Amino acid sequence: MPLALVHARYQLLEILRIPVAVVGSAFFPAAAMLFFVVPFAGDDSAGATYATAAMVTFAVMSANIFQYGVGVAEDRDQPWNPYTRTLPAGSAPRLAGRILAGLVLTYLSMVPVVVIAAVATAARVTAPQFLLGLGAVAVISVPFTLLGLSIGYSLPSKAAIVVAQVVFFPLAFGGGLLSGPDDAPGFIKAIAPYLPTRGAVELMWAAVTDWRPDPRALVMLVVWVVALAAVAGWAYRRDEGRRFS
Amino acid sequence: MILARAEQVSRRYGEVLALDRVDLTVRAGELVGLLGPNGAGKSTLINLLVGLRRPTAGRLALFGGDPRDPASRRQLGVTPQETGLPGTLRVGEVVDFVSRHFPDPVPRGELLDRFGLADQARRQTGGLSGGQRRRLAVALAFVGRPRLVVLDEPTTGLDVEARHALWEAIRGFHAEGGTVLLSSHYLEEVEALAQRVVVIGHGRVLADDSVAAVRGIVGVRRVSLVADDLPALPGVVATERVDGRVHLLTTDADQLVRDLVAAGVAFRDLEVRPTSLEEAFLAITAEDRPAPTPA
Repeated sequence: MPLALVHARYQLLEILRIPVAVVGSAFFPAAAMLFFVVPFAGDDSAGATYATAAMVTFAVMSANIFQYGVGVAEDRDQPWNPYTRTLPAGSAPRLAGRILAGLVLTYLSMVPVVVIAAVATAARVTAPQFLLGLGAVAVISVPFTLLGLSIGYSLPSKAAIVVAQVVFFPLAFGGGLLSGPDDAPGFIKAIAPYLPTRGAVELMWAAVTDWRPDPRALVMLVVWVVALAAVAGWAYRRDEGRRFS
Repeated sequence: MILARAEQVSRRYGEVLALDRVDLTVRAGELVGLLGPNGAGKSTLINLLVGLRRPTAGRLALFGGDPRDPASRRQLGVTPQETGLPGTLRVGEVVDFVSRHFPDPVPRGELLDRFGLADQARRQTGGLSGGQRRRLAVALAFVGRPRLVVLDEPTTGLDVEARHALWEAIRGFHAEGGTVLLSSHYLEEVEALAQRVVVIGHGRVLADDSVAAVRGIVGVRRVSLVADDLPALPGVVATERVDGRVHLLTTDADQLVRDLVAAGVAFRDLEVRPTSLEEAFLAITAEDRPAPTPA
């Protein structure tokens, strides 16, 4: 088994031994699904599908921001991390393993949303749309993984928890995840295209419906990915330089 | 054959010079004790040797390569700090995880047996006692059948019995041809295990020799006597009074006795004894004078 998979496996084991951590990232999207989507858009097939895709985006965002932002910051407090760097493998398998484990947890955290959508709403997708949606989840994980890594590598764990919570809600509301594609309040329509959540949800919509994504939001998503990659890379190297150089 | 070497290695943290032109050579089959008080630079030197940090100046070699290159660490065993074990993983899982990094690891059951942890394999490390965690941490250094094991304060916080059990494991590894570099601020530990001792203080190597020779280099003797009143005496490194006796540590016992006589001190029950390594060590670090380091 490649070492990255070994690291991913043990990181998943560590996380799954405290199931509350997994429930946490799945809870908000599932609760939002039950309180906002099921009562208001449950009978409308198109509306429910859009809303479910938005909640999946919400789940992807919260899972990634929290597990990387808080998880990485907490790991940096533990002497286990430097120990693993003395093993004859270096730091790359650990980082790769963390991202693989993160992707698995991301898929896990959206299971409740998908189940609620299938059981309690009229949301429907075709099989190819479902598969496209699964692929889209991996793609839209990228900006939020980078955002989480930026937080986790640049802040101590107590600050990381707060910052993760602070960025999380404005991104969700501002990006229009909690309103339909066309019925968001005016100010959200104005700012949404400039937030990474909008580009992400537009991609999800395009994958599972016949929505035509707003090119402006997609361009901004690419800009966000590049910018967050730069920040995450800088924070990672700075942290390495502080502790291992 | 040289397994680990530091040549004129310095390491600076901002304004603090943690290591100052340190030389250290560890040859195959040696059991070297790295001795010094907290903050002396022991951990910094170890972190450099196992590839966790880069030196500010100087050169390091581990099995002939750069310690920061993972390939150089294939025959190296390091122990994590026991507080750093992942608390939710089981003992067996932690061992398996580390095993995966090595081509020919010691089977899990055999390793746990050797460190008295066989009954704990299914327990989460967070539920172990402090002594069990420490034993597991040390056991991890031996998973990959290393040729060189680096143990940074392996028995800190252990009770006497657990400490002696760990010493046995370390001696066993050494008896089979393994090489050990062990840091400690327990002098008893270094005296009990090491053949060679490297004394570090204020970032420098103060002495590097056999345990006996380090005592000899410093030449500290304990002159103890009963006296009411003592004048200031030259050459006394430390003075203590215990149960009515005065203990004077000095590098020149003969001269001290002559001085006592010349000063007309009314003393009785004079004794001159060699010191323990601890006393020798306190003397060199107190003076902070670099002693000669014979090869």
